Amino acid sequence: MIYNLYIFNPMGQCLYYGEWERSKAAAMSRDEEFKLVYGMLYSLKSFVSRITPAISDNFQCYETNKYKLSMYETPSGVKFVINTGLDWSSQAISEMLQSLYKEVYVEFVVRNPLVSLDSAIESELFKNKIEHFINTRIKEVS
Amino acid sequence: MIYSVYIINKAGGLIYDEDFSLNKYTEEHTWQEHPIPLVFTADTGRVLVKFGEIGAIKPGYSVIAVNKQPVSGTMGPVDIPIIDMINDPKSYPLTLTFGKGKVGANEKLMLASMFHSLFAIASKISPVDESSGIKQIQTEEFVLNCFQTITGVKFFVIVDHKQTATEPLLYRIYELYTDFVLKNPFYLIDMPIRCELFDQNLKKVIEQIERASAYSSATLT
Repeated sequence: MIYNLYIFNPMGQCLYYGEWERSKAAAMSRDEEFKLVYGMLYSLKSFVSRITPAISDNFQCYETNKYKLSMYETPSGVKFVINTGLDWSSQAISEMLQSLYKEVYVEFVVRNPLVSLDSAIESELFKNKIEHFINTRIKEVS
Repeated sequence: MIYSVYIINKAGGLIYDEDFSLNKYTEEHTWQEHPIPLVFTADTGRVLVKFGEIGAIKPGYSVIAVNKQPVSGTMGPVDIPIIDMINDPKSYPLTLTFGKGKVGANEKLMLASMFHSLFAIASKISPVDESSGIKQIQTEEFVLNCFQTITGVKFFVIVDHKQTATEPLLYRIYELYTDFVLKNPFYLIDMPIRCELFDQNLKKVIEQIERASAYSSATLT
């Protein structure tokens, strides 16, 4: 079960938002929700790096009783955030997000000279590729 | 391995914190002569490695012991600033132990409130109805498990990846809280916990669990 996916650029702007199954509508506008999610992730990263008993650390995912939020951050600061059901393992999600980055984002966004990374991605090709990628993964699991 | 236990009251304030088995991540190195190929900085009350790498010692490590004597802050064991000791050829051979500096009390208070808010936001941004707050956070080095009671008190523990059965641990800590804190007639609710019996029993429970997991990992190998 994959609920939704956010992609943020290093400045905190949401480049892409995809929704597959969302039973609870957000209590705020899309833009506010993006800001809230990004702010939360920023705080989580800061929290984790300060409370860790190790010298340095990176946040990977959190779980509630109903969903699991996982994040993959590239060295350039692009964040891929996905909400899935609890049945997905951290390893599977991490592999999926890395493939998503490698096969979809790098190929159809970074290598596309017409796509600007300052605001939401308009490329239809990219949107189709992402939806196809996620739908395949959903079918594989079920 | 259980690193720490924190208890937060319903307003988000930290009322109890305790660290166990800390400084698992320490490195010791002895230098025979000046200079040491590391750049140090006395930053925010600690001596940190700012630049340079020797083995596992990297930027971010702070000096926690000089010549095997623990230090806190920037002053060495005989009241000489550590940075001066490092720069003075006469103090060699010098043994420095590196680790993560202890998280200060104020910082812990702040982190607890931060967690309280993050816990609530997780429930708010949920794509599914009726989600609880954060039950578990996973990172590269630790796992944080949280249990919220019906009254809003949160118990969370920071453990390593090998630790299993953290839910029973959280319930056990809750049990100790009800027995030795809430039933203490001198304890004011939502105030910082200063109950000796609670500390003692918590230490016993943690030791019991560490022994049990050490035994099970020994039998597996």
